[in-house]
Amino acid sequence: MTDRSLIRNFSIVAHIDHGKSTLADRLIQLTGTVAERDMKDQLLDAMDIERERGITIKANTVRIEYPAKDGKTYILNLIDTPGHVDFAYEVSRSMQAVEGSLLVVDATQGVEAQTLANVYTAMEADHEIVPVLNKIDLPASEPERVIEQIEDVIGIEATDACLISAKTGVGIPDVLEAIVQRLPPPKEGDADAPLKAMLVDSKYDPYLGVVVLVRVIDGVLRKGQKIRMMKTGGTYEIDRVGVYRPAMTDVGELGPGEIGYITASIKQVRDTRVGDTITTVTKPTDTPLPGFKPSIPVVFCGLFPVDNAEFEDLRDAIEKLALNDASFTYEMETSAALGFGFRCGFLGLLHLEVIRDRIEREYGLELITTAPSVVYHVFTRDGEMHELHNPADMPDPANVDRIEEPRIKATILVPDDYLGDVLKLCQDRRGIQLDLTYAGSRAMVVYDLPLNEVVFDFYDRLKSVTKGYASFDYEITGYRADNLVKMQILVNDEPVDALAMMVHRDRAESRGRQMCEKLKELIPRHMFKIPIQAAIGGRVIARETLSAMRKDVTAKCYGGDATRKKKLLEKQKAGKKKMRQFGKVDIPQEAFINALKMDS
Amino acid sequence: MEEGAGFGLYVHWPFCQAKCPYCDFNSHVVTGVDQARWARALAGDVARVAGRTGGRHGGRRLTSVFFGGGTPSLMEPETVAAVMDAARAGWVCANDLEVTLEANPTSVEAGRFGGYRDAGVNRVSLGVQALNDSDLKRLGRLHSAAEARAAFDVARRVFDRVSFDLICARQDQTREAWAAELDEALAMAVDHLSLYQLTIEPGTAFAARQEAGKLRGLPDEDLGADLYEMTVERCEAAGLRLYEVSNFARPGAECRHNLLYWSGGDYAGVGPGAHGRLTLDGRRVATEQVSAPGAWLAGVETAERAHEREEEISVSDQVVEYLLMGLRKREGVALSALSALGDAGASVGERAQALKDVGLLEAVSGRMRATPRGRLLLDRLVAELAG
Repeated sequence: MTDRSLIRNFSIVAHIDHGKSTLADRLIQLTGTVAERDMKDQLLDAMDIERERGITIKANTVRIEYPAKDGKTYILNLIDTPGHVDFAYEVSRSMQAVEGSLLVVDATQGVEAQTLANVYTAMEADHEIVPVLNKIDLPASEPERVIEQIEDVIGIEATDACLISAKTGVGIPDVLEAIVQRLPPPKEGDADAPLKAMLVDSKYDPYLGVVVLVRVIDGVLRKGQKIRMMKTGGTYEIDRVGVYRPAMTDVGELGPGEIGYITASIKQVRDTRVGDTITTVTKPTDTPLPGFKPSIPVVFCGLFPVDNAEFEDLRDAIEKLALNDASFTYEMETSAALGFGFRCGFLGLLHLEVIRDRIEREYGLELITTAPSVVYHVFTRDGEMHELHNPADMPDPANVDRIEEPRIKATILVPDDYLGDVLKLCQDRRGIQLDLTYAGSRAMVVYDLPLNEVVFDFYDRLKSVTKGYASFDYEITGYRADNLVKMQILVNDEPVDALAMMVHRDRAESRGRQMCEKLKELIPRHMFKIPIQAAIGGRVIARETLSAMRKDVTAKCYGGDATRKKKLLEKQKAGKKKMRQFGKVDIPQEAFINALKMDS
Repeated sequence: MEEGAGFGLYVHWPFCQAKCPYCDFNSHVVTGVDQARWARALAGDVARVAGRTGGRHGGRRLTSVFFGGGTPSLMEPETVAAVMDAARAGWVCANDLEVTLEANPTSVEAGRFGGYRDAGVNRVSLGVQALNDSDLKRLGRLHSAAEARAAFDVARRVFDRVSFDLICARQDQTREAWAAELDEALAMAVDHLSLYQLTIEPGTAFAARQEAGKLRGLPDEDLGADLYEMTVERCEAAGLRLYEVSNFARPGAECRHNLLYWSGGDYAGVGPGAHGRLTLDGRRVATEQVSAPGAWLAGVETAERAHEREEEISVSDQVVEYLLMGLRKREGVALSALSALGDAGASVGERAQALKDVGLLEAVSGRMRATPRGRLLLDRLVAELAG
């Protein structure tokens, strides 16, 4: 057990690419926690997708021993948290597990919206915050301006910020000293009290089963203890207790204020809920930790195998991934257009992309992703509320009293020059402006927006209209009724269920027209002309006609060509599998997702 | 496959003076070809194939011979004569035996026309390709338009039947320009035209240029279709009837040898890369000779037949071949020939219905043919029919 006064638990808050992972790497390196030969970049991000995208999905932790200038050796526990809004709840739990944060800001860029959201989470968790300005070695860095901005926008004192370059290593020793001197040790905890530990995160290890990341509040965790998860009720016997250095290293016990891992022959990540309280079976605590929330998916979409024969492989992949991700839900779905697949629920769009990427990559499956949809609350005339995850399940409009949709509060930080474009984009997406303030040459706009206008390509559009300079974050604020209708798309007079969507009545015409135009480009010409229509109920609101293919004939074909042409035909046949036979129309797989992309 | 399709001999001469940028045929640019040696080899192989098909007593009557390439007009007349002698010795020949030779329209080659006629050639097909010099240059041709016209005039005097090829849907070709050029061609005393839309074949110089984004001005699908429809209209108005996708003739002037391919008839193929289709003891076989000239020559001369591969064609493949060749003809395929191929042939009829419904196919007196609109979509049509 470590003396509490020598423990410092902290997290790093930073925008993507502002240098969080590099700083973590430097701290690990400088303290000799990892031998030089074992060092690699983004040491804490274990998944390929995390490394590639430069994001953190799972919380990771590392224990660093640091001999400070005051002659004492401190134990520093860094929790590397996910930064994305999709994982806001997970971030909040990680923040609760530590007492301080390093706020890393790129001195050439300044504060971004995502940083803002996470730093507020840290402030809600009563963190002591040490500002760190990174990339001061770059000529474009403006530390004074950024310090001012931090003080203006975030409202914390930043004159004593650490000035560093995580790349070159300049200033890293100051950061270590600041952690020890300026961040507080863990608040009181009683080693003799009943065990109370927070389940911060968990992941599946094929050899050890589920590995649980914990922060001890009271009591002591030891091998052999019988523990209980207070929310899920599961009881287990602890097999191993240890800390990450960052390799898993067993220790005898973990006392108050300490962060580490336990394994207890837990088979599924599903059995471990982030934010749950761990106590002992024999001498349980009577007060679980506050703030536990079950995770609720907010974005749904259909995932279908391109090759229908791979449905069972997809089932297998989804089941395996779900074992390791309690926030991801799935149920079987059948579509007339796409065959058998799954309707899946996600915490947000990034979560959706990550899961889809992992299925494609780790299981080698090719997928068709249908339009992401939010969860609507459909109130029928009998007063009942139905959660609608899939536009295809929309009840008969005659029986519907009203439909409510989730709304968000979106915060966007954008340089002045692009403000007009951002306001237009938000307006086009049915946004209501809540606030507009300035910090230097950057504007901060806050909008109330329907989530369904944001789930698909809002972020892409925002990046494109601002040349990448805007940053964006949001939180879900609640449900509100609006004039929403289900829009059907008919191809060759047949409704294509996988293209149905919920839209606002006022935007239905323009949305329908866009969809029809897009599909006209995306569906190849056939031997006959194909009407493409958007309809609400039985009424067609937009129509395009894909003209018939006119010419596909070999110019020269003599004796020697028969064999070659025959081989070509066989090749064509193989290519046809990529299309979805619908009615008599072949719709290419990309069409299902690309049809939704809006140009404005 | 069809009754009375005839029996033909194809002879491949694999050499050219230069390789055209659009051509993916088996052609090689070589200097100093030993004509006598090639004459012996080609004639020898003709005799061998004749023997294999029963010779003069096998009940076959040779109805056509076709010298293709490469550039067969680079053959010495003696070489052609040697091959023709072997053919006449090998098979009983029809009285109206059609003997075609493909020729480049240059003065040098026109000088050999008399010799070819004496060897038995009675039809030439001239690779004119374009009637203006700048397009000829872009197509990589070595002759000029004036030279082509002069060669055509010589050919007209020497041979009973003369055809020439033009390539249309060329780079930057407008409807108006093609109409004018086609009218010029039709005004020449011609009874047969082969009019091909330029196709970028993989492995050609044009394909490489296209990949590099340097082949600009090619017509899109709609312009290509317009050019095609205009071609058919103008040719037929001038009395040259479409009898195959890209071939037009005055009635009776159709190329019998090529019709044989499109009717599913038997033909022997001799020379580097030549294909054949033969019905032997009730089996239909495909033959294919080695395409590299050196290897071919070596194979023939060692008499081990290492220069030819032979493969039986399954019934379902016979159906596919018959469809993809037969539907190119104006009359289309004979339903009797399809049903003679059993279930595989009969199932075509079921798939045909949907295409009839949309007006791409039609049935006329025991035959199934593409409508004018269907003919432009023939590759699709065949893919659908082949299942």
